[in-house]
Amino acid sequence: MVALTINGRPQNVDAPDDTPLLWVIREQLKMTGTKFGCGIAQCGACTVHLNGEAVRSCQTTLKSAAGQKITTIEGLNGQHPLQRAWIEEQVPQCGYCQSGQIMQAASLLARNPDPTPQQVVEAMDGNLCRCMSYVRIQRAVLKAAGTMRNAKAGRPA
Amino acid sequence: MSAPTTDTRRTDSGTVDPSRRSFLIGSAATGLVMGFADPLQMLSAGEAHAAGRLAPTVWFDMGADGICTVHVGKAEMGQHVGTAMAQLVAEELELAWRDVRIDYPAADPKYNDPALGALVTGGSWSVNFNYDAMSRAGAAGRITLVEAAAKIMGVPAGECTAKNSRVSHAKSNKSMSYGEIVAKGKVDRTWSADDMKALKLKPVSAYTVVGQSVPQLDIPSKTDGTAKFGIDMFVPGMLYGKLKLPPVRYGATVKSVDDSAAKKVKGFVQAVTVNDPTGTTSGWVVVVANTWPAAKEAAEALKVDWDLGPNAKVSSDSLIAEAKRLQADGSKALLWVKEGDAAGALGGAKDTLEAEYITHLAIHAPLEPQNALVEPKGDTWHVYCGNQFATRSGGIAAAILGVKPEKVVMHQFVLGGGFGRRLDCDNVVAAAAAAKALNKPVKLIYSREDDMAVDYTRPLTYQKVKGGLDAAGKLIAMEHDVISSWPTARWQIPGFMADSVDKKGKLDGFAVNGSDHWYSVPNHTVRTTLNELAQGATPSGQLRSVAPAWTFWAVESFIDEAAAKAGVDPVEFRLKMLDGAGKNAKGAARLANAIRVAAGRAGWGSTELPKGSAMGFATVSSQERATATWTACVAQVTVDPKSGEVKVDKLTIAMDVGTAVNPDGVRAQIEGSALWGLSLALKEKAMLKDGRFEQTNFDSYTPARMSDVPVLDISIISNGEPARGCGEPAVTVVGPAIANAVFKAVGARVRTLPITAAAVKAAMKA
Repeated sequence: MVALTINGRPQNVDAPDDTPLLWVIREQLKMTGTKFGCGIAQCGACTVHLNGEAVRSCQTTLKSAAGQKITTIEGLNGQHPLQRAWIEEQVPQCGYCQSGQIMQAASLLARNPDPTPQQVVEAMDGNLCRCMSYVRIQRAVLKAAGTMRNAKAGRPA
Repeated sequence: MSAPTTDTRRTDSGTVDPSRRSFLIGSAATGLVMGFADPLQMLSAGEAHAAGRLAPTVWFDMGADGICTVHVGKAEMGQHVGTAMAQLVAEELELAWRDVRIDYPAADPKYNDPALGALVTGGSWSVNFNYDAMSRAGAAGRITLVEAAAKIMGVPAGECTAKNSRVSHAKSNKSMSYGEIVAKGKVDRTWSADDMKALKLKPVSAYTVVGQSVPQLDIPSKTDGTAKFGIDMFVPGMLYGKLKLPPVRYGATVKSVDDSAAKKVKGFVQAVTVNDPTGTTSGWVVVVANTWPAAKEAAEALKVDWDLGPNAKVSSDSLIAEAKRLQADGSKALLWVKEGDAAGALGGAKDTLEAEYITHLAIHAPLEPQNALVEPKGDTWHVYCGNQFATRSGGIAAAILGVKPEKVVMHQFVLGGGFGRRLDCDNVVAAAAAAKALNKPVKLIYSREDDMAVDYTRPLTYQKVKGGLDAAGKLIAMEHDVISSWPTARWQIPGFMADSVDKKGKLDGFAVNGSDHWYSVPNHTVRTTLNELAQGATPSGQLRSVAPAWTFWAVESFIDEAAAKAGVDPVEFRLKMLDGAGKNAKGAARLANAIRVAAGRAGWGSTELPKGSAMGFATVSSQERATATWTACVAQVTVDPKSGEVKVDKLTIAMDVGTAVNPDGVRAQIEGSALWGLSLALKEKAMLKDGRFEQTNFDSYTPARMSDVPVLDISIISNGEPARGCGEPAVTVVGPAIANAVFKAVGARVRTLPITAAAVKAAMKA
């Protein structure tokens, strides 16, 4: 048994130590918002946070995640400014990559609250969107960044 | 080519005539139900009610709370088709948008596309072909509700109006909500086909819902992880499957399987060799285990001895060589276009030109890898996966399972990308074979490597075009050969095949359409030839935009070459050829208007660009002539003279879609498809070697990323003409626009897709 903390909840998992965290989250814990896309950290669909940092859960072993603070898309509770911006900008098409996109963007905004458009590109370039909704992803990230800065400064959104 | 009809669920192979359907509306216990009834399953509304079921075919139902659920028979794969369908229903139903819900029911012939007679999503046909039926469904619903309300309120129906989910009678100041009407349970009306035909629909000018960018109903669940894709399905006691594939795309057979090493993997259950009489798969083994990682490990340990079959030495190079041989030989060519005497006119032309165009294999790679969960339940089998062609997939599943099609229930999910890949059902075949062998539910998930290895790629195509100019520089002759595998012919559905012009044979029109362009060329011949070597070695599929992605690559590159030869500006050259003569009436004018919009917005001919940068132009009328959307594109590129690398700076696109049901949805489709066009033009290349694709994952097959995105300037022309598809045309127009811009920038004419830096560099030297 390996003890995990996902979205603030302790979970005990029975799986080999080298099992990718992705498969534990999705198929054992049935938290399916995190997606399997490539298995080699090339698409970003499986992105989750490990202690607030975006990581590819397909390349993160169960053992290495033990005792760490894991956050998945479900952990944002639909309340993150990015999620609202995603709806306002009508970002998703098929939607499959979008959990990973949002988690990647959330990690960016946590460390850089005021990214330039170019910094958004650099942070997001590892996340494939096969529908190619990139224009809207970029717009939504910048919009959410503004919303978050305003909220922090006590300005109306 | 007119829209094909097909109905693979019928044994008499008859096609469905939509006019033979009747429309049923009745108050069932659960609320108002309505839909089109196939004559073979005719129930009156009363019977449907008595049977305690919804009517045989239903497009929406309404509860006593007034909530109206539109049942979407189309695959939701990013195009937000459910919202568009709901807008069409709501418009004529006079339904308040807040009362709209959508769902994606399990496959049932009652949800068949009214024009296609099957559950199939593709061809940019959904809004186009369902617009009238959804509008009429809404209108019939409105009238039914008005009549019922009038009866309840004791007023003449003719004096009542419906608006905002309410029926009102102004004179008496009485009104009822739709929910209240349904709650009374007194709705019982059957609409005949003639009644339906006679319904008067709203003029476009009266629309209040259609034409509005209402937020897409499927989007919120795609931002919080709650949207359910096929891969997200679980059933109790299910096992996991992982493919063990032969090292060739197609044609291998399993000689023997040695599972001694696989057995040592904890959780391994069984290796199932897929017995596939449908020929969808060849030489596949499904390794079943109690977790997917265990199945993967066991698949790696499993030893399979294959006979690799006839394609083990086939490569992209040999496919091209075979295509060239077929073109030179000509005996297998079938006529698609025959206007005037192209050969004769070429002989008398002042100037001639000739060029060969190639498009390499391209892989769909939807981000959700193929998967399917197949579950035995009593004497039925349940199939869970997102799919674009449930009618065919369900039939094939039944063949694998050895049961009648009605014993297979196809459950639909939102698709993690379709792009044509999920028209095919190899995933269902393999999962069904495993579930049947074990008599247990098996969830098969392809690894990305599996998904790419067995993709039904865009075919490798070879085209040869000859043209003749007269003394005035006018293109008077065009001879065009298209040689490829035939993706749609592979399905063996007669309704999807077309006669050659001279009736000498059946051809796959979906492998050649687009070549029948709207330019007036008095002597024009197009021939299509099946490359059987390719058909066997690389079973190809419908990759977003299908043939227009290769035919317009040739046509729009060639027109540019002809303009250069004639010394005429390529936009002027095109506009002159779009004279609307004869069969090109109206369409040519609409295309010309799109050209003018794009050229104007891009600053064509009036913008000064630095050395190495230039604009190129292309225009397309994809998909088919009968369903054309009118699209023009200016690509602005910068070419690095040292490396030949092409950077796209800006794409300016104008598209006449007729009626934009949801303008923001149309814009999203154009954005995505334009970037698909860019990606296919510069980033995506699959090569066949020794019978298999060399590219295996996103490290070697590399679709565009955010850093590749240029400035996009998109103009939607919505002019009240019938709605046309908007998700594919931009895929086809961007490639030739980029190539033509590269030519303008550095004088390099590249005739092979994708455009590589090396090819640009080589053409610069030439």
